[in-house]
Amino acid sequence: MAGSATLAVRREGIMSILIDETTPILVQGITGDKGSFHTKEMLDYGSKVVAGVTPGKGGKSVHGVPVFNTVKEAVKETGATTSLVFVAPPFAADAIMEAADGGIRLICAITDGIPAQDMMRVKRYFMRYPKDRRPMLVGPNCAGIISPGKAMLGIMPGHIYKQGNVGLITRSGTLGYEAATQLKELGVGISTSVGIGGDPINGSSFLDHLVLFDKDPETVAVLIIGEIGGPQEAEASAWIKENFSKPVIGFVAGLTAPKGRRMGHAGAIISSTGDSAAEKTEIMRSYGLTVAPSPSEFGETVAKVLKRA
Amino acid sequence: MDVHEYQAKELLAAHGVAIPPGTIAFSPDQAVYAATELGGSNWVVKAQIHAGARGKAGGVRFCRTYHEVQQAARDMLGKRLVTAQTGPEGKPVQRVYIELADPYEREIYLGYVLDRKLERVRVIASKHGGMEIEEIAKNTPEELLQVIVEPAVGLQPFQARELAFQLGLNLKQVSRAVQTILGAYRAFRDCDATMLEINPLVVTKEDKVLALDAKMSFDDNALFRRRNIVDMNDPSQSDPREAQAAEHNLNYIGLDGEIGCIVNGAGLAMATMDMIKHAGGSPANFLDVGGGASPERVATAFRLVLSDTNVKAVLVNIFAGINRCDWVAQGVVDAVRETNITVPLIVRLAGTNVEAGNKIIAESGIPIITANTLKEAADKAVAATKKAG
Repeated sequence: MAGSATLAVRREGIMSILIDETTPILVQGITGDKGSFHTKEMLDYGSKVVAGVTPGKGGKSVHGVPVFNTVKEAVKETGATTSLVFVAPPFAADAIMEAADGGIRLICAITDGIPAQDMMRVKRYFMRYPKDRRPMLVGPNCAGIISPGKAMLGIMPGHIYKQGNVGLITRSGTLGYEAATQLKELGVGISTSVGIGGDPINGSSFLDHLVLFDKDPETVAVLIIGEIGGPQEAEASAWIKENFSKPVIGFVAGLTAPKGRRMGHAGAIISSTGDSAAEKTEIMRSYGLTVAPSPSEFGETVAKVLKRA
Repeated sequence: MDVHEYQAKELLAAHGVAIPPGTIAFSPDQAVYAATELGGSNWVVKAQIHAGARGKAGGVRFCRTYHEVQQAARDMLGKRLVTAQTGPEGKPVQRVYIELADPYEREIYLGYVLDRKLERVRVIASKHGGMEIEEIAKNTPEELLQVIVEPAVGLQPFQARELAFQLGLNLKQVSRAVQTILGAYRAFRDCDATMLEINPLVVTKEDKVLALDAKMSFDDNALFRRRNIVDMNDPSQSDPREAQAAEHNLNYIGLDGEIGCIVNGAGLAMATMDMIKHAGGSPANFLDVGGGASPERVATAFRLVLSDTNVKAVLVNIFAGINRCDWVAQGVVDAVRETNITVPLIVRLAGTNVEAGNKIIAESGIPIITANTLKEAADKAVAATKKAG
């Protein structure tokens, strides 16, 4: 069983964070339209998809990938260490916990629309694992992970990413595509891009991936793109100031977003400060991040920082 | 999704929370009938809208006679009530709640909220209920009583007891408050709420503990398993365009700017709005057509955006992944032909097959302004609105 520590520091030399072309991938919900389509896309990109799981469809195969009824069976037969979840919202939390219990140590959930209380239970379930053996959950409601030129674990158009040395972490899928395109346009490549998703309660945070990028010799700078709401951007910025050795470029989308209309006071009591894009941008600046002046300047800002470094 | 006060109280009562006797009414005559049914000689008539701060806005009135009840209901029904939480346009009042207004001794605050940072339910209580709760949170947060719920086991009786004693209640009141605190938690959990607030929770001379006002919001992602909550939906309380968008599974929020936006993905949609502002314009809406951006959804999005008469230009920004740009472009062209758009249209496509997409637009014969980058799109949209005056 691979621990998260071994995921981070795997092989000397051609390492990227989380995944590469040797990572054995399991697709949960592989027999559905989306699961099947993206399995093909991933195989074409060079990802090593070794198994699929759909309860009741065991024994079939999708694009030559064997399908199993349970994750445990799939892991036993194929040695999968990583899973991609396409399971529909009512059953997705259950699928994530099944993956964790089956020994999967990197779980990426694409599913959009999982109830918040289900995610609360998932996060609580993960606490049963000691920290060094706790599975890494990416998402839900995200585009996935790609290490350009090596492997893709997600639904992104692989061709917009150029292989290189900048780490990318975004909440939004399509805004991540925008950033990747701007970088490629200027000849700047990406070591690994991670979409952490936009749900109120999600798996891994900006911080979790920054820790991995810090140790990754292939990554020389990191671009983090956040959104309004939640404490993750501020938490990551504070950590960067104290611990991170590489330059970080930041942006928070939603400066013009309307203030949420309210029912009562309870929300205001717990989120009185630091939730808006303006506040989070200021927090990033105060902790020494280089803030991109607008969403059309991700590429230029990163290129400028790289030149300085 | 939000519900009315009387609906939240129904849910609370079903989970063991004590509430004052009350009835919903849709007309002044029904209001009077409700008062006679309830008995007593003091009633409160409360406008039912999806917002708080009704008291100061005239949406809560105490009445001593049937005539006063009728008059209060007449004054409220059919009007729009503007409170500190509704925005300037207010919310329509189509129902009033008639409740027995017995005197009480104390007002307490009790709230439950899904805390994103802790990824747990947080229970907040305060000795002082009413409107001052936010002031307390801001100025003397140490006075707030708080309990965090462990999701594996739920809220425990000892936690409710601790809160009740800290609130300074007597023994009889404590046991009733514990029932309320635990019952409200079960209502929160079993209905997939994201926010529940009882403000005020009152204590009477007879040591009764009653939920005098209640608000609940629910997790939209969980509505598939909460039919009883879906049935409580009152579309009159949402912006009509937002309600229409929700029917088509589109995420639309109306704003007061001039440039209509149609974008795929919430983050890119926000970034597009930010870019418009950066270029000197103002966005008319937030609209996420979803990752797919299928032709049907794009067409619906056009109809929604164009129904806003403030819109002087429309900016479409689609990053096509799996759904190639040529497919999205065809959808845009079809939608434009169908909707008879009269304002300038700026389209920026990016991603897979972008050349083929732009070719379809160029050859469509429709005067669409194309842009290659986010900046170019925003600049052209702002220029178009300036030209339109």
